[in-house]
Amino acid sequence: MSKETKQILSTDGIPLEESLKKAEKKNKIKAFLLVCPLLLFLIITYVFPIGEMLFRSVDDKMVTNMLPKTYKAMENWDGKDLPEEDVFKAFYLDYKILVEAKRHGRLATQLNYEKNGFKSILKKLARKQKNFEEGNYKEQIMKVHKRWGQVDYWRAIKRRAPAYTYAKYLKGVDMYENEDGKIVQVPENRRIHKLLWMRTLNIALGVTILCFFMAYPIAHLLATLPMKYSNLLMICVLLPFWTSLLVRTASWMILLQQQGIVNDFIVWIGLVSDDNRPEMMYNKTGTFVAMTQILLPFMVLPLYSVMKTISPSLMRAGKSLGATPAIAFFKVYFPLTIPGIGAGCLLVFILAIGYYITPALVGGASGTLISNQIAYHMKETLDWSFASAMGLMLLAGVLAIYWLYNKLVGVDNIKLG
Amino acid sequence: MALPKYTEPHYRIWHYVYLFICACVFFFLIAPLFVIFPLSFNAEEFLVFSDGMKRLDPDAFSLRWYHDMVYGTKNPWGLAAKNSIIIAIFATIGSVILGTLAALGLSSRYMPFKGLVMAALISPMIVPLIISGVAIFFFMAKVGLAATHLGIILAHIILGTPFVVITVTATLSGFDHSVTRAAASLGSNPINTFMKITLPLILPGVISGALFAFVTSFDEVVVVLFLAGLDNTTIPIQMWTGLREQLSPTILAVATCLILLSTLILLTAELLRRRSERIRGISR
Repeated sequence: MSKETKQILSTDGIPLEESLKKAEKKNKIKAFLLVCPLLLFLIITYVFPIGEMLFRSVDDKMVTNMLPKTYKAMENWDGKDLPEEDVFKAFYLDYKILVEAKRHGRLATQLNYEKNGFKSILKKLARKQKNFEEGNYKEQIMKVHKRWGQVDYWRAIKRRAPAYTYAKYLKGVDMYENEDGKIVQVPENRRIHKLLWMRTLNIALGVTILCFFMAYPIAHLLATLPMKYSNLLMICVLLPFWTSLLVRTASWMILLQQQGIVNDFIVWIGLVSDDNRPEMMYNKTGTFVAMTQILLPFMVLPLYSVMKTISPSLMRAGKSLGATPAIAFFKVYFPLTIPGIGAGCLLVFILAIGYYITPALVGGASGTLISNQIAYHMKETLDWSFASAMGLMLLAGVLAIYWLYNKLVGVDNIKLG
Repeated sequence: MALPKYTEPHYRIWHYVYLFICACVFFFLIAPLFVIFPLSFNAEEFLVFSDGMKRLDPDAFSLRWYHDMVYGTKNPWGLAAKNSIIIAIFATIGSVILGTLAALGLSSRYMPFKGLVMAALISPMIVPLIISGVAIFFFMAKVGLAATHLGIILAHIILGTPFVVITVTATLSGFDHSVTRAAASLGSNPINTFMKITLPLILPGVISGALFAFVTSFDEVVVVLFLAGLDNTTIPIQMWTGLREQLSPTILAVATCLILLSTLILLTAELLRRRSERIRGISR
């Protein structure tokens, strides 16, 4: 029986297989068109801007654009000895324009990042250059300050020539490219970012573990209690979940303050004396406690939704076969809850690692996380490219965990309430 | 959870220890919220329980901070509340429309690259808010929407849609597609079918998604911190400023109102969830 003879035709004479394929294609397009508006909206307003952060983080055109003539002249300079007159002249001309446009302060800030001591000699040059005479700029500039005669400073200027740099990423892990072009760590006492990364990881991990140990028993209780009790208790989990983050943080600020209720309580039970109240806020403890309470519902809900599906008869079967309750729990019940544990832990960890508001309010100096550093550079130092670089490093970590989450749990299995 | 009579003593003890642990955790979860209530009625300016309050002296309680919240001269809460409500309503409408459409497409079994697209649509919920804030700020600054209501609304649509997508796809997972085919075979066009058949069935999911989107917008502070100008201050921004600078009891009055609001929303969401489960036949 050959295929042709058995081919089924639809009413309009087209082979059925073909018309089914056509219909499927049409359905595919229909489904995709429904998703399109949101997908396009997100791509334009969200995905592209995140991509733009990537450009911003490696962008180093600021200095390049401020000193165009200098860099043109420097192309022929080998960087060994002091540059020739043409470089000095080009630098003088560039700098003159910047001073007239009152933009020389930014150059000073940027070059000072590269080498300490630039700020003062650039300021001095800004004052003195008005009286410069035509010709022999090398001598005139070197007369302004003796550091202008040191080749290190000129090398530092040359290092900022490329329009793109990965220096911000190095800075994010406390490394830098030294004058010989080698990548080295910054001095021990200035390694602040490594400390922040470690602290962020520490707190995120600690909060996740703490949340797990607190959430497991109550999720179990909620899943095994009769409906009318568990619904009532569920409100205890869902009310904090729905309440404003700032309200919950505010309540922790009241509880943990030095004259607060927690402190009153430990004084009252005699753990510490009244004039020796411990500082519980504006440090790591505050961040830890508040974040645990705030993120706890995110652990309870996935655990609960998994435990709800486990039939109680499994535990009974285990026990009837001779297992003690403890063995039945660890051999039967616990393995069945692992999907929920994975979902809850990954979710809490992802949320904790990028936390901003709570650490900023109750963290003080020793309890702030990497997010706070990003905000600091966005708002205070205005070093947006560094903020972008740090943000993307954090994002890479989060996306890796998200990928894992997607693999293990599947995003379509996220449960909300 | 009464224990059977034959339970051995050490399991009995373990059972009570377990219940005690659970009670502690529930206390830890819920108690912090209840500190706010009494302190917001404090007659004094300090954020600790005064001696009068401990004695339950009626003079130690007052409504002065609520009065201050509404009529206070320097208090920007009125403007903030107005802005918050306007922004949240429009952000919710936008999120619901975009999110529901996307969820309809995603739950079709013909949808290509389903996992990838879903992961992309959920990502604003996963990406740390500070990164979203920075990225959205760059975008809004470039198109000239920074410090405008529209900019903040668009930002909140981005953050709100994942919740709508999740809740509506969850509702659609129990959806019987033969009813739409039945409608089509009876001559209904797709829009009519959606309005008359699909929408009423998935409405609980849509509304609970809308509630999530509303709360997300109403509660959002990180992105607004980057975007808002003086005219766009919202309740969370005011709370943030207040908490950073000086923790005044007026903030506690506002917080109490917010807790009441979230209780209301929670109860609505719970009722909807149960109704939705009844409709879909997953009664428990």
